Amino acid sequence: MLSICKNPVAVIFLCLAASTCGGTAQSTPPIVQPGAPGEPTRVIGPNAAIDMSRVGHTSADTSFMQGMISHHAQAVEMTDLIDSRTATDAMRKLGQRIHASQTDEIKMMEHWLSTRGEEVPSSHAHHAMTGATLMPGMLTPEEMARLSGAKGREFDRFFLEGMIKHHEGALVMVKDLFAAPGAAQDSEIFAFASDVDADQRMEIDRMRSMLKEYQQ
Amino acid sequence: MTSGMVRVLLGSAAVLCLTHGGSAQQQQDPRVGLKPGLRDAGQAARHMELVASLPKPAGFFDPRTPAGPEVPPERPEDNSRDTTVTGPSSPTRPAVALNFANSDLAFSGTLVFVGNFNGFNTYDIETPKKPLLFASVVCPGGQGDVSVYGHLLFMSVEETRGRVDCGTEGVPETASPERFRGVRIFDISDVKKPKQIATVQTCRGSHTHTLVVNPKDSENVYIYGSGTSRVRSGDELAGCSSEKEDPNTSLFSIDVIQVPLASPAKARIVNRPRIFADPRTGAISGLWPGGDHGPGTQKTSLTDRCHDITVFPEKGLAAGACSGNGILLDISDPVHPERLDAVADPNFAFWHSATFNNDGTKVIFTDEWGGGTRPRCRATDQMTWGADAVFDIVDRKLTFGGYFKMPAAQTDTENCVAHNGSIIPVPGRDIMAQAWYQGGVSVFDFTDSAHPVEIAFFDRGPLDPTKLIVGGFWSTYWYNGYIYATEIARGLDIFKLTPSEFLSQSEIEAASQVHSTEFNAQHQHEITWAPTSAVAHAYMDQLNRTKGITPAHAAAVKSTLERADRIKNANDKAAPAVKEALTNLASDLDNEAATAAAADARRLKSLAATLRARAEKQQ
Repeated sequence: MLSICKNPVAVIFLCLAASTCGGTAQSTPPIVQPGAPGEPTRVIGPNAAIDMSRVGHTSADTSFMQGMISHHAQAVEMTDLIDSRTATDAMRKLGQRIHASQTDEIKMMEHWLSTRGEEVPSSHAHHAMTGATLMPGMLTPEEMARLSGAKGREFDRFFLEGMIKHHEGALVMVKDLFAAPGAAQDSEIFAFASDVDADQRMEIDRMRSMLKEYQQ
Repeated sequence: MTSGMVRVLLGSAAVLCLTHGGSAQQQQDPRVGLKPGLRDAGQAARHMELVASLPKPAGFFDPRTPAGPEVPPERPEDNSRDTTVTGPSSPTRPAVALNFANSDLAFSGTLVFVGNFNGFNTYDIETPKKPLLFASVVCPGGQGDVSVYGHLLFMSVEETRGRVDCGTEGVPETASPERFRGVRIFDISDVKKPKQIATVQTCRGSHTHTLVVNPKDSENVYIYGSGTSRVRSGDELAGCSSEKEDPNTSLFSIDVIQVPLASPAKARIVNRPRIFADPRTGAISGLWPGGDHGPGTQKTSLTDRCHDITVFPEKGLAAGACSGNGILLDISDPVHPERLDAVADPNFAFWHSATFNNDGTKVIFTDEWGGGTRPRCRATDQMTWGADAVFDIVDRKLTFGGYFKMPAAQTDTENCVAHNGSIIPVPGRDIMAQAWYQGGVSVFDFTDSAHPVEIAFFDRGPLDPTKLIVGGFWSTYWYNGYIYATEIARGLDIFKLTPSEFLSQSEIEAASQVHSTEFNAQHQHEITWAPTSAVAHAYMDQLNRTKGITPAHAAAVKSTLERADRIKNANDKAAPAVKEALTNLASDLDNEAATAAAADARRLKSLAATLRARAEKQQ
């Protein structure tokens, strides 16, 4: 008894190693970690079980999220131009859809960054655009001005061309992210980047078919 | 649409645009306005009762952020171990909520296996009201969906951090033999100390998987692996290709894994069937091409993968929820599934999971609009979006019946949409218990495919009042009298049903008398009921509810069953008379069925069959 009182840590260790602490129903079982096939299963502690220290997000993850906020913000700014410039319902609906999904995703990305203690960039596109570099596919200030100055069918065409280029840029960003060593291991960013990839491909296809109609 | 095999449910979109906010009942629904909290959230329940609740054990949550990533993590000072990352914001040390999310469930005997993105936990449920943590196994990679067959446990891994050796450290290299994405196989002969015996690598990883036991093949079991995320590079796994146009592309297929029972370590992929192919042109991308279905409709994902497949081997059928379509497969030869039918729906964003009813004549498909991490049950969200769709199987084709969505409006900090559930085996009815993430558990009746109705529920308030933290119920499955529910953030919950005007004590007892020794929700078989009084009373209660039985017959059934219940053994002198009474009554009920409405006739015949089987037992 004395030795137990003196050295409780050792007792706990023995209990873990033996997989049982006297068989009482309340005892917490040890955490085990299997090995690769053919390798033994071993007992590990709760801290080791949640040690994600080497799976943490990387600078590539952070840059991706920060860059994608600016990227999305410009898409939102572009859709804001639609109502007063287009003559078609199809364009308005397209704009509403892009606006809704990108606004939603901006919120998600801001949350992702802030909960990881990373800097959250402004989601106002004009702030983002005054930055030194544009993310892939983003329209230059000149291109934005041209879009903003157009009306009717000309606007629709500029918009579709611009947004296709814009979305293709997002695909490049996703591709670069997955190619960066250690990136996208965090399950949220992994799922998010995969979604961006799938959604934007689909929207590109749709915009291409709309554009075809304008070219006919 | 490139294939004539696909029928789209146009028309239904315009008709049904109800939202959660519509009814006066909404204001009275006790699920609206529940207090937020991780451990002290408000609860609302109707006709079901929470009998046990266990938080996630150590090793399966981050003590600093037990509900999820609310607080920015502390920055470590020393990143010297990791030399692969450069730049100003080298890796911080967050443990993201989804890294420890509870996921799917499987059952064997008195054990339940609870999948988690970080491994799995095994609980002893011999006394369901007092579940005990029995074993904790760390082996990360998400989603951690589990299935069990004898001493084998299968687990899905899809994330890039998954490792062959179950390590928690991830894989820094872009292509590495240490990375694992696919299906793990464990030998759980020693449940407390499972051994990993095989790792079947797949190109897209395994988001979910389905155990397939072929009644004609005693030497193997099969696993259908469904990968939904990115195809990995051919540099890491030979043969993987993400190019849509490549005839050998890893898209547009599922993985059929054969597991030889004599040597499960030799499990391997034996086929990657092109189940979305256009039968006329042979194009492998024969189903939904992605996009919306016209103005005002949902945007539906491209069908290049299945999210989940549920099999019914006795019937040779499988139902696949495959992103842009719901499909029905003939799996008489499980290695070579053949598509029988495919449907699309303008209200569905993402075909997520499938559940057959008990006799395999219906399928419920779920729509995981928003991917499960977004609030999609707000007062403003359409009741036909992010819902279930019930289909009847007529001549091996799918015929749309109706939609069901958990009806209580949720807040915008609660991720909510249709998710996993299972059948509750009440004879004479089709009932399902379903998880709706932070929308709680909903039990509903879909006996009438066109008009499903909710009959019981449980819900908690949001995890957090101001932020959306991903949580709520992932799966809720019925097993031997109780509903077991995995809560992503909160742990394991166990419920029992309580009698109500919608579900009687006898109906609950009849469902509870069904005893399974193993249960994987995506592997269904037809349940038959022993001819007990509870089963007979269950049919009676249903017939009384619809006034589908004459009062004279109802009284006769009641009194004859009472007489039968008094007979304790075959030597009882009253036994022959009771046997005769039961047999005669069965004939009377069959006669009544001949002129009854279809639903009543079915129940009258089932009741008659139950009484007849009971009469046989009197000998």
